Amino acid sequence: MSWNAFATVAETKAALEAKEVSAVDLAKHYLDRTAQLNPGLNAYITLNPEKTLSEALSTDNKRSKGEVAPLLGVPIAHKDIYLIDGWRTTCGSKMLENFVAPYTSTVVKYMADAGMVTLGKLNMDEFAMGSSNETSFFGPVKNPWDTSRVPGGSSGGSAAAVAAGLAPASTGTDTGGSIRQPAMFCNLTGLKPTYGICSRYGIIAFASSLDQAGPFAQTAEDCALLLNAMAGFDPRDATSLDRPKEDYTRDLAKPLKGLRIGLPKEFFGEGNEPGVLKAVEAALDVYRKLGATTVEISLPNVKYSVPAYYVVAPAEASSNLSRFDGARFGHRAKDYDDIVDMYKRSRAEGFGAEVKRRILIGTYVLSHGYYDAYYLQAGKLRRLIAEDFKKAYEVCDVVIGPTAPEPAFQFGAKADDPVKMYLNDIYTICANLTGQPAMSHPCGVDENGLHVGMQIIGNYLDEARMLNVAHQYQLATDWHKKHPNI
Amino acid sequence: MSLSAQDIERIAHLARIRVTPDEVGQVQAKLEGIFKLIDDMQSVNTKGVEPMSHGLDMVLRLRDDAVTEKNDRENLQRNAPQAAEGYFLVPKVIE
Amino acid sequence: MSQWEIVIGLETHVQLTTASKIFSGASTAFGAEPNTQASIVDLAMPGALPVMNKGAAERAVKFGLAIGANINRRSIFARKNYFYPDLPKGYQISQFETPIVQGGGLTITLVDGTTKFIELTRAHLEEDAGKSVHDQFDRESGVDLNRAGTPLLEIVTEPVMRSAKEAIAYAKALHGLVRYLDICDGNMQEGSFRCDVNVSVRKPGEPFGTRREIKNLNSFKFMQQAIDYEVRWQIEQIEDGKKIVQATVLFNPDTGETRAMRTKEDAMDYRYFPDPDLPPLVIDDAMFDRIKAAMPELPEAKCARFQSEFKLPEYDARLLSLDSATAKYFEDAVKSGADAKLVANWIIGELSATLNREEKTIEQSPVSAEQLASVVARISDGTISNKIAKTVFESLWNGDGKTADDVIAAKGLKQISDVGAIEKIVEEVLAKSAAQIADYKSGKEKALMSIVGMVMKASAGKANPAQVNEIIKKKLG
Repeated sequence: MSWNAFATVAETKAALEAKEVSAVDLAKHYLDRTAQLNPGLNAYITLNPEKTLSEALSTDNKRSKGEVAPLLGVPIAHKDIYLIDGWRTTCGSKMLENFVAPYTSTVVKYMADAGMVTLGKLNMDEFAMGSSNETSFFGPVKNPWDTSRVPGGSSGGSAAAVAAGLAPASTGTDTGGSIRQPAMFCNLTGLKPTYGICSRYGIIAFASSLDQAGPFAQTAEDCALLLNAMAGFDPRDATSLDRPKEDYTRDLAKPLKGLRIGLPKEFFGEGNEPGVLKAVEAALDVYRKLGATTVEISLPNVKYSVPAYYVVAPAEASSNLSRFDGARFGHRAKDYDDIVDMYKRSRAEGFGAEVKRRILIGTYVLSHGYYDAYYLQAGKLRRLIAEDFKKAYEVCDVVIGPTAPEPAFQFGAKADDPVKMYLNDIYTICANLTGQPAMSHPCGVDENGLHVGMQIIGNYLDEARMLNVAHQYQLATDWHKKHPNI
Repeated sequence: MSLSAQDIERIAHLARIRVTPDEVGQVQAKLEGIFKLIDDMQSVNTKGVEPMSHGLDMVLRLRDDAVTEKNDRENLQRNAPQAAEGYFLVPKVIE
Repeated sequence: MSQWEIVIGLETHVQLTTASKIFSGASTAFGAEPNTQASIVDLAMPGALPVMNKGAAERAVKFGLAIGANINRRSIFARKNYFYPDLPKGYQISQFETPIVQGGGLTITLVDGTTKFIELTRAHLEEDAGKSVHDQFDRESGVDLNRAGTPLLEIVTEPVMRSAKEAIAYAKALHGLVRYLDICDGNMQEGSFRCDVNVSVRKPGEPFGTRREIKNLNSFKFMQQAIDYEVRWQIEQIEDGKKIVQATVLFNPDTGETRAMRTKEDAMDYRYFPDPDLPPLVIDDAMFDRIKAAMPELPEAKCARFQSEFKLPEYDARLLSLDSATAKYFEDAVKSGADAKLVANWIIGELSATLNREEKTIEQSPVSAEQLASVVARISDGTISNKIAKTVFESLWNGDGKTADDVIAAKGLKQISDVGAIEKIVEEVLAKSAAQIADYKSGKEKALMSIVGMVMKASAGKANPAQVNEIIKKKLG
């Protein structure tokens, strides 16, 4: 069978519906390609061809019986943070090296309900803590565009797999930029929806008030199709928004005439690599040609995003990761003196350096006497940052800037300096702190040919408009159609 | 903000993470750098600002009181490092 | 001991009567096989999330309304972080800065009849921990998480009690109240009602002494013993020139002693912070009004009503309103048409004594309220005497007959009220009682009683005593 591994979800769906290809054929195609290319990329942690093929076969049978589902037979790969019943789910950690999920996360279930076939579980930074995929216990993921460079993180495997054509689409999670930054590094479109749109049930928690699931794909249109499947109210998540289903493709075709784009001066400063700014400026010209207007805005408190984030995320993580204690599941040390020693050794052995670092930061900021100065102060800054955005939306519809200040960097470039690594998320973090939707789409390359992403931040629940904006840009450009030579 | 070696030992104990004496210094140095970044936010006057934890200010949804879960012990103990007679086993806890 | 003042505050963990757990849909039923009622949420499986049980929130509000407290319409769940095998998440979901119930209090009545108002600090919702067994395995402890996630209301008093007696009176009053409200089954053996008692001693007028907390007392008897021991121990320590160190202690019922479990010097640092999985708990007007409208009549109000509506003396009214089952029994009996005061006498007297002797609760009484009413009705209309009534009651208790009338008919216990018949018996007795008659006539009232007794005996207790009295007096002129 000949199949274009870089076919979009929309194209795949159409081919399946036209019966030009079967789900089993597709699954085989991606599994074969993965068998061939994954050793060099390390995008997948776990494959289970038998399960995948049996799922594919069952969707083919459904189709032959006349059953319909929006994405029936379309393959999808999941970040290894999503629990899927019977699948090993590691979260990129030695702690869960042998953990087999006893139940299925809601997002995966909703996607299965939409007919999607699971290809495998994707590599990631350990417990989603990282911006380069170098913290994974299962080794770093290589960027398919340049294997000496990182794919971004924490959803590095999710980005690399789609960029390399090992899956037509994938899921990620985004706590501080973990979908958008790898999307930029791998020349993909990735979306972090409004907090509460996708259920967190069955997704291993990093920072509960920031974590949000979202899709990676070649195009904004694909992201809309995927979000249609992923999103939806879930009674098992107390932070899930109880609202009617939306069709995120509904506004894709709208012209951009009259769109007001806000350009925060804080996102266009000297911290950016010049090539990144240049690409973004060029993309803005495209938007203007499409009828949008731009207006400079200011988000004065957004500069406190990184410090606030590095209080909130570690604090919540330190508590969320306490359940990994070697008692009921996960790694237990071989030798220990007593229960406390068992905890300490199991956790010291099971967690990698970055995870331990963040647990320690979180423990410290919550410990006696420090709560007000850190966690409370960070919570107040979240409010101030949200108010900055609120003001901005009085004069603009979406906020646009670079996704990250520099493109994919070399392995090891920041691995020893956590602060440098953290600053790579400087533009993405604010949307997690406020809970707003944000996405990244390809918008060019820098002088070294490295891909640049443009971030669109929208008002709460404004996903359909953002997808419309990105889709119209993609109709006018072909950056998103570029694929690595592998 | 400066973190002492004792601070590291104290939080490592609270977090139940073994940090050996020769690791303390390195951990301390890394955390110091991070706290320098974090402490940038201390200068902001946030008096009277209501802290925010979720984007859309949410209200807790309440579930009707009904038993919806069945016994799933076998499935849920499959990952247990040690279990017997239905119990999860841990090193003996002495009160 | 008299120069020392005892200061006591209580923290009571009241297990709420919900069918499912506070944050999961697993059952809260007691006594299941280990870990068969532990869902992925209760086991803290990766990715599991808590979802709040409406029933638990409603019960907390109900309690707050009953004690005249402030209901925080917006309260916050927080995580209390620490590691322990029976705490699977590594944190307990509780309420810290903003509990659902604040203030309020309840009036206790001491044995000598005096009353005291016990102020409450707060009552907050939280989840229970699991249980560990330490003797079933050689080198390991076994962890059972069936109880993990069971909803608790932790009710905290101000340090206002000044004796073990007050503490126990408070605990009993609270125990009665939560059962009254039907928010807790009150089963202390199963741990549904557990008290932590904070005890310190001081010289009157001095600031509070350092307190020690006696954990997990699940009987009023143990509470008394534990407080007595602890107070003696603290006073001895101080009089020996030693300092009391703040500590958590356990009471050993076998030795009657308390023993420190861990000292606070271990620096428990719980790192409380608002649980990001749970947005604020908001009690909206609709929910608040619905709970308020459905509030049962509380003991105080019931006591007042029993006095005004049924003309009962305060003593009777208080005893009958102490728990809802007794109050209901009383009202059911009165509804069946029996005289209220007589019913009260019977419940407080014969029924309570029999229930106590047979170790039964009033709900388990073999004699129903309607049956008791039938007995009382026959006393009122003169069919049987009070004494015969006891026989009838006993028969009903033993299941011989459905109503008092059945028993009276079957055993021929009907009172003789026919003047002719009574006169006949009186004459027979008088004929044989020359000595007593002489005594009576010489002014010895006692002799009359003796004659009455003989008449009653001769009638097998069935003669109407009032009539007997009257007829004898008439005959003896």
